[in-house]
Amino acid sequence: MNDVTAFRTPGSSGGLLDVWRRRYLLRLLIHKELRQRYHGSVLGMGWSYMKPAVQFVVFYFVIGVFLKMNRNTENYGIYLFSGIVVMNFFSEAFSNATRSITDNHALVKKIYLPRELFPVASVIVSFVHFVPQLIVLLVGCFYSGWHPSLLQLLAGVAGFAVLATFALGLGLIFGALNVLYRDFENLVDLILVVATWASPVLYTWKLVTEAIGTGWLWSLYQLNPLTSVVEIFHWTFWFPTTNGSFATVPHLGMYAVLAAVVSLVILGLGQLTFRRLDGRFAQEL
Amino acid sequence: MTAASTSVDLDRIRVSHATKHFTLRHTRAFKEIVIRTFQGRRRDLSERFVALDNITFSVAEGEAIALLGRNGSGKSTLLKLISGVMGADDGKIAIRGRVAGLIDVGAGMHLDLTGRENIFLNGAILGMSERQIKEQYDKIVAFSEIEEFMDTEVKFYSSGMFLRLAFSVAVHTDPDIFLVDEILAVGDEPFQKKCLARIQELRQEGKCLVIVSHDLDMVSQFTDRGIVLRKGQMMMDGPIDEAITLLRDLNTRGEESR
Repeated sequence: MNDVTAFRTPGSSGGLLDVWRRRYLLRLLIHKELRQRYHGSVLGMGWSYMKPAVQFVVFYFVIGVFLKMNRNTENYGIYLFSGIVVMNFFSEAFSNATRSITDNHALVKKIYLPRELFPVASVIVSFVHFVPQLIVLLVGCFYSGWHPSLLQLLAGVAGFAVLATFALGLGLIFGALNVLYRDFENLVDLILVVATWASPVLYTWKLVTEAIGTGWLWSLYQLNPLTSVVEIFHWTFWFPTTNGSFATVPHLGMYAVLAAVVSLVILGLGQLTFRRLDGRFAQEL
Repeated sequence: MTAASTSVDLDRIRVSHATKHFTLRHTRAFKEIVIRTFQGRRRDLSERFVALDNITFSVAEGEAIALLGRNGSGKSTLLKLISGVMGADDGKIAIRGRVAGLIDVGAGMHLDLTGRENIFLNGAILGMSERQIKEQYDKIVAFSEIEEFMDTEVKFYSSGMFLRLAFSVAVHTDPDIFLVDEILAVGDEPFQKKCLARIQELRQEGKCLVIVSHDLDMVSQFTDRGIVLRKGQMMMDGPIDEAITLLRDLNTRGEESR
């Protein structure tokens, strides 16, 4: 026998690289997840349109009409929705990735797999749900005379990449911790409640600077990668539908780069935490 | 056919000084932890026990060994260390080639998917590539003998059919190291016989086999070497007949001491 494969320690893995190596399995896991989610439902994927649509209508009337944001912000509907899609993707990806290891306990306990597969699958499933929302947003944009530049389109794509990286990084950290203490999934729900309000989704950045000035608190506010991604989406989807009178948030480019750096650091930390705790998953579940 | 000589080049599994502790936490509640800490009984919160203590052995290509011992002796933990599901706290475990096993075969099955989809998913979980699954697909279906239910969702299967399908995938994964935990719980007698024949076949193909079972007749038929574990300690590593004799001896002594 000319078998020259070397000895290796079972269960040692290349982390996220192994997910790429096992991408066929990843595809099947995503398929399974989607099947399970919509199993036995009449509307099926239609539900992924329903939730943001209802959310949009509620926010539009409460904040746009009752609280009169419509008056100050041109095309407030587009402004609102381009932020909502960011938050919806982030919430779904982060919270499902956090639960992904505990939800797949049967597999984790019995068979060795690169466990990063589960959070990655959760993030991709969230992307599948993001697409219909994006289509709805684009229809709204075209209806309002959207004329984006190539740079704005590229910025939107890059912004999404930063968002997905950030969600996956956090998902890896909290997914691993959640195996040890189930408190973390509740903590994540709490973080997500705050997250929607801690970025300029429902309001504009000018209201924030009016309230807290442009000091260190404002810098802190902008260091949140979600804030940068929301502003990038505004710049890509909302700004090209307006007459351009509303000033884009200052230093958006710089904060976008910072957001990318923060997200990559979080992803690195996530991978490290995950590797560190991975060996304990089977016995803690 | 058996490679009795454990020549270094032919080793598939090497376990050296493997130790595994388990910590049983009685509570995770913050309230309890605070109270116990104030009472100075922090230690009561968890219990540590040794599941495996300094285990060393190796298994060569084409060799079939049995892990024997009573419930809780550490057999399944050892299998989990070899498969990589758990890591050892101390010592080193090295394997060469691909591991797959008949360990809780139903774990990779999903009720909402059809039989066909489950073959692909389960095959991929057990480490097969898309091409390998496609090549083996007809054999897997034929082995399971439930061709007509391939497009039915697995949740409508009887428990026997469910296990047949899971088992059929598992025995067609073509690994280098095959781990088997309590196989005889599967299906009716003809199907059991077929499974055993398939395992025999794998062995003749030169796969490395590690079997955990309480069925000593089956074990003596399939393996030539046995390792006896007792409360995480390795009692012996030798010819299967001697291992079985020792185990029976331990069992009767265990009963007397009750």
